[in-house]
Amino acid sequence: MTTKFDSEFEKKIEETTKLGLSIAKESSEDRLMTLSVGPQHPGSGHFRFTIKVDGDYIVYCDPDPGYVHRGEEKMCEYRNFIQNIPHLERPVIHDSTNITYSYSLAVEELLGIEVPRRGQFIRAIASELNRQVYTLYWLAIYGIFLGHSTMFMWPSGDRELFIDLLTALTGARVTHAYNIPGGVRNDAPEGFKEKCLQYVNYFEKRLREYEDIFYNNPLFRQRTENVGILTKEDAINLGVTGSVLRASGVQYDIRKVEPYDIYNEIDFKVQYMKTCDSFARAYVPFLDMRESCHIIRQLLDKMPESGDVRLKLQSNPKGSSGESYKRVESGRGALGYYIISDGSPRPYRVKISVGSFRNILALPHLLIGSKLGDMPSIYWALNYWPVEADR
Amino acid sequence: MISTNHNDSAKDDKNSDSLSLKSNDNEIPFIDPNSKTENSLYLQMNSKFQNKIRLVYLKPRRMKIYVEPKNILEIANFLKTNIGFDHAESVSGTDYPEDNSIEVVYHLNSYSREEISPIILALSTKTDRDEARLPSLLPIFKSVEYHERETFEMLGVYFEGHPRNERFLLPEDWADIPPLRKDFRIKGR
Repeated sequence: MTTKFDSEFEKKIEETTKLGLSIAKESSEDRLMTLSVGPQHPGSGHFRFTIKVDGDYIVYCDPDPGYVHRGEEKMCEYRNFIQNIPHLERPVIHDSTNITYSYSLAVEELLGIEVPRRGQFIRAIASELNRQVYTLYWLAIYGIFLGHSTMFMWPSGDRELFIDLLTALTGARVTHAYNIPGGVRNDAPEGFKEKCLQYVNYFEKRLREYEDIFYNNPLFRQRTENVGILTKEDAINLGVTGSVLRASGVQYDIRKVEPYDIYNEIDFKVQYMKTCDSFARAYVPFLDMRESCHIIRQLLDKMPESGDVRLKLQSNPKGSSGESYKRVESGRGALGYYIISDGSPRPYRVKISVGSFRNILALPHLLIGSKLGDMPSIYWALNYWPVEADR
Repeated sequence: MISTNHNDSAKDDKNSDSLSLKSNDNEIPFIDPNSKTENSLYLQMNSKFQNKIRLVYLKPRRMKIYVEPKNILEIANFLKTNIGFDHAESVSGTDYPEDNSIEVVYHLNSYSREEISPIILALSTKTDRDEARLPSLLPIFKSVEYHERETFEMLGVYFEGHPRNERFLLPEDWADIPPLRKDFRIKGR
C-alpha cells in the first residue's frame, strides 16, 4: 500500500541521497507547532489565541476574541436611556458600577443635568469599592495560574467583605445597576460609614500580608520579573491603558487627568512603576488597591451627612441631539462611552471603548519572542477581561 | 520637538483672544477664553489646514475635526507628529441611511503631552454607504489596528492599507449584512 505520504517521504530520501546526505534535513517550518489556547482552556477565559512555538519560544500569536460577543452596542439602540443600564453591566459584572458610571456621565451630559452632591460621593464610594472587588478577583486568578493557591483563597475571601458592603449599599451582590443618569438608585443605609471604615481598615492590614506572601515570594518574582517587557514608547504607541500603561512608567489615571464628579477634591497619587515587566503590571493594581483605601477614607470623611442622592427624571427622558464622550477609570483602565443622540428617548449609537479591548493589542507584541512557560504570567498581567472586550 | 511646539503655541496664546473669534468657513466656534490649550490647538490647526478641515468646539475638552477621506492621512500625521496626539482611544462607525453615508470617528488622545491629555479630539470622516472605503490610519496610529478591524466587520467599511479586513468578533459563519448598519434589525424588535 503506497499512500501519498509514503511517496513524498521516499522522494525526500531520494533527494537527500543525491546530495550525499544520509538523513532528511529538517526545515524550519517543520519545527513549528501550532497551539490553540482557549476558548475552553480554563487559563484563558472565554478567549482564544493561536500561537506557534519553535521549541520553547513563541514565534507567532493571533488573538481571536468574540466567543462572548453579545452585541451590546446594537442592543442599546433598541432601548431607552434608562433601560440600557442593566444589560450594559453584563460585560463585566465584577466591575458593574464602573461600567455604568461613564454611561451615566455621558447621558447626564446629553440630558444637561447635574447629580446632587451626596449622590456624587456615594457614586464614587461605590465605584472605588467595586474596583477593589474586581482587582481582588483578578488577583485571585493571577495567583492560581501561577500555582499560588493561597493567593486564590485570600483575595476570594476578602472580596466578600466588599461584596457585603456593596450588597448593603445597592441591594445586589454583583450586578448592582446602581448608577443611573441623575445619581444613584438609593441612599446608603444607616451605619454604612462605620461599617465601611471598619472593613477598609481591616483590608489595609491584609494588603501588607498579601505583599509578604505573594509579591515578595521569590518564586513569584522569578516568574514575573524581566518577563514581557513593554517599553514606555510601545505602551504609548499601542494605546494600552490602566495598570498596563502605568506599569510602563506613564502617569495616566483618568481620575487625575480628567477628574469626574468629586474626584478633583480628593487627594491621591497616581500609582505607577518604571520596570515595564509583568511584575510591575501585577504590582500596580496592588498599589492602586492601597491608594483606593486612602481615597475611600477621604470620601467617607467629606461626604455630606444628608441630602438627595439623585435627581428625579421623567420616566422616558429625551436627550438633546448631539454627542458625548465620557470616560472613567475602571479596574482595567479608561472606560469610555461615545453616545450619539438624535433627540429621541433612545440613543442613536452607543460605542463602548473598553480597556480590555485596547490592552489585548499588547498580547502578540509581548508573547512573540518569549517562552511558552511565561505565557500565563504575561497574559494575566494584561488585566484582560474577555467578556468586556467582546461586549 | 514636542516641547518646542508647546512654546510656539504658548506664544500664540497671548494674542489669541481676538483671533479665536475669526470664523473659518461657516461655523464660529465658541471657545472658553480660559481654555488656552483648546484655543491654541484651534489656531494651530486652522492656520495650517484652512480649507481642508472644519474644527468644532463641542464642550470643554472635546473638539471635533471634520475632514475629507483624501486628507485624513495628512491631518492625522500632523496631529501625531506636530501636536502630540499619540494614540486612538476608540474608532466608532455610525450609519446614516438618510444621507447614504457612514461616519467614522477616531477619538484621539495623548499620553506623552500632559497639557493636551485631558482633551479628546474626534477626527471624523464620512464615506459613501454603498461603497464604504476609507484609508486606514494604521501606518500612523498603531493603536487603531483592532478598532478598525471591528469597524470593518460591524459596518462594512473597508480600510485601504489595513492588512486584515477580516472577521474579528462575529461568529465564523456570519453570513448577514454588517450588524451595526441601521437596516440590520434584531429579530422581534
